[in-house]
Amino acid sequence: MSDLLIRGGRVLVPARGIDAVLDVRVRDGVVTEIGTALEPAGGRVIDAEGCIVTAGFVDLHAHLREPGFEQKGTIATETEAALRGGFTTICAMPNTEPAPDSAPVFEALMERLAREARVRVFPLGSVTRRRAGKELSEIAELAAGGCVAISDDGNPVADGRLMRNALALASAAGMVLSEHCDDPELNDGGVINEGRVSERLGLAGQPVAAEVAAIARNIALCEATGARLHIAHVTTARGIELVAGAKARGLPVTCEVTPSHLFLTEDAVAGPGPEPAYDTNARINPPLRTEMDRWALVHALNEGTIDAIATDHAPHAIEDKLCEFDYAAPGIACFETAAGTLLTQVARGELQLARVIEALTSGPVLAWGLDSREKGLGSIEPGGVADIVVLEPGREWTVDATAMASKGKNTPLQGATLTGRVRVVVVGGEVRWESEESDG
Amino acid sequence: MADETISPDAGSWRRKDLLDTDTLSREEIALVLKTAEAMAEVRSRPMPKVATLRGITVVTLFYEQSTRTRASFEVAGKAMGADVVNLTASGSSVEKGESLVDTVRTLEAIGADIIVMRHSKSGAPALAARTTKARVVNGGDGQHAHPTQALLDVFTMQQHLGDLAGKRVVIVGDILHSRVARSNLWALMALGADVTLTGPATLLPQTLVGASEAGRCRTTTDFDAAIEGADVVMALRIQKERQATGLIPSLRDYIRGYQLNETRLARAKPGALVMHPGPKNEGIEVAPSVAAGAASVIDEQVANGVAVRMAVLYLMAGRAA
Repeated sequence: MSDLLIRGGRVLVPARGIDAVLDVRVRDGVVTEIGTALEPAGGRVIDAEGCIVTAGFVDLHAHLREPGFEQKGTIATETEAALRGGFTTICAMPNTEPAPDSAPVFEALMERLAREARVRVFPLGSVTRRRAGKELSEIAELAAGGCVAISDDGNPVADGRLMRNALALASAAGMVLSEHCDDPELNDGGVINEGRVSERLGLAGQPVAAEVAAIARNIALCEATGARLHIAHVTTARGIELVAGAKARGLPVTCEVTPSHLFLTEDAVAGPGPEPAYDTNARINPPLRTEMDRWALVHALNEGTIDAIATDHAPHAIEDKLCEFDYAAPGIACFETAAGTLLTQVARGELQLARVIEALTSGPVLAWGLDSREKGLGSIEPGGVADIVVLEPGREWTVDATAMASKGKNTPLQGATLTGRVRVVVVGGEVRWESEESDG
Repeated sequence: MADETISPDAGSWRRKDLLDTDTLSREEIALVLKTAEAMAEVRSRPMPKVATLRGITVVTLFYEQSTRTRASFEVAGKAMGADVVNLTASGSSVEKGESLVDTVRTLEAIGADIIVMRHSKSGAPALAARTTKARVVNGGDGQHAHPTQALLDVFTMQQHLGDLAGKRVVIVGDILHSRVARSNLWALMALGADVTLTGPATLLPQTLVGASEAGRCRTTTDFDAAIEGADVVMALRIQKERQATGLIPSLRDYIRGYQLNETRLARAKPGALVMHPGPKNEGIEVAPSVAAGAASVIDEQVANGVAVRMAVLYLMAGRAA
């Protein structure tokens, strides 16, 4: 494999304390040199002046839909979307049909990924068989087959005793359990955040208490077992307070937040007009919350309480969204807008750039121990894998869902102008994607 | 069959659709009510019909059952010479799984000028309105809005009380799940009335009314205090399934706290109006003696429904005099 030189960019590797204008040399799929005034060695040179150079993004929460829901997305289309969004490693949720709840299903999925995927994919196994919340999957065998984490995705493990056992078994097998924290009874029938907008629009609400109560229970079970607990997509101010408290007590808890919950509020459902739009593209589970909650998440990310920014990328077919709000499938196709919204928030002065990059790279890698799978993942370091993203922080662009690589065109950001985008993406030392106007 | 006596200017109605009362100005509401007065006059004639909407096709598209709303829209359309086609979800392609969007496009292709729509899901008429060039009138959507009910309610109140500014209106019952309560609230606030929403704590909204509007709308669980000196008391239907889902302990418990009975009505202003959007559960939210009593205008509400819906169809059709 040939030599690649990324020259003159602001190299930002928060975990290693690097934030300086530097050159990065890549050879044979690994980073070989970071320094100043590196000379080209005959390979491609990318001029990254004015750009930010970081490790490829690592997403702990994405939905590829294959097998089972190929009308919404496939491994090929959704990993292409991930690539364009700067995500060089993604962890795929197990809400497929069949669900990876046993070694044979998991192995078949790994084979399919090896053939089709455009980026690194670590699929999750399910906590329970068929994600039905009744009987545990064969957790140790999943771990032996290479599974990094387990989750029942959108089906919270409602049975506390089962959850306790799953945590203990997963931890013993060296896996993290990622949990969608929600009390299904409190949430029954809810489609958006319970509050001003739900009452105004006459939609059934999902109360904050449903998330907070489930986070509290799961932290208690984490404490009881000493097992690793990852709390998926925290959305509430009270929820993040509980996570901060658990971390302060030294519990092995990590958490993630989505770009959607950092950028949008429940008002996106009503839309900007005088009459409510009932925008089904803003339906997501857990729901978009209030401005107060959004600010709490922004603050927690800047403070370091949040380990990872995870997209919860959830592509849907047109007919899944072009319908009555109550019937619409929840989820946002997020891969290709994530960097844009996050950099926009950096430009606005809401988010700190170094914290955003950390939460997109080394944060998730450390949270789930992914560096043991691939040396140097989430970092730019000599001898480490060369997954690298070049970002243009000041570049303005307009979201056009029809131009997205994802099969899912379901974004509430259609037509929005964002500041900052992905320019070049390197996977394993190979330039695998660059934006059209890139002059590299 | 002449229409020269219908004088209000339909040209001043600028909306494509009527989805709720919350964006209606005081002037727009006044236009509907003034037009409804003219329609009531038409209805009182020996031959209660005009030809104003001849050539206009009105489709009533009902995904949820209805007696009053569907029948009064049909009578209203026919009283003005419109062609009225009635569709219900059962017996149409909806039963074969046709989507709302496809159904509405089909109706447009068939030549519907106005689609009157009832749906069990909030926001469905907004989706329909975005989908079609036909005009969409919301005949009630989920727990969101029921604008023509609110307009006929304020029309009925005005007939008895005149200007509603400063008048005290109490709405009692399952406010949280009521599209009638919401649309009445917005219309009454636009007209300057003081509104009190009352019901069991589990059936009251917490944040429906913004802080800036709080002076003109109160929420309380104390019906007996709320009804003191009221000009209008409107009882809402309590759905029996609220008991099964644990929102109220029992109908008996509900009756104890919130039934509009003679003892409670005696606390209201003398001559206060008793209203109910129907269908009633007599003996539950309203005592039969009160529903049939001298203060009750429940039957007038139904009759006014035709005049108000004539006014709405007339304005929506854009047939200026």
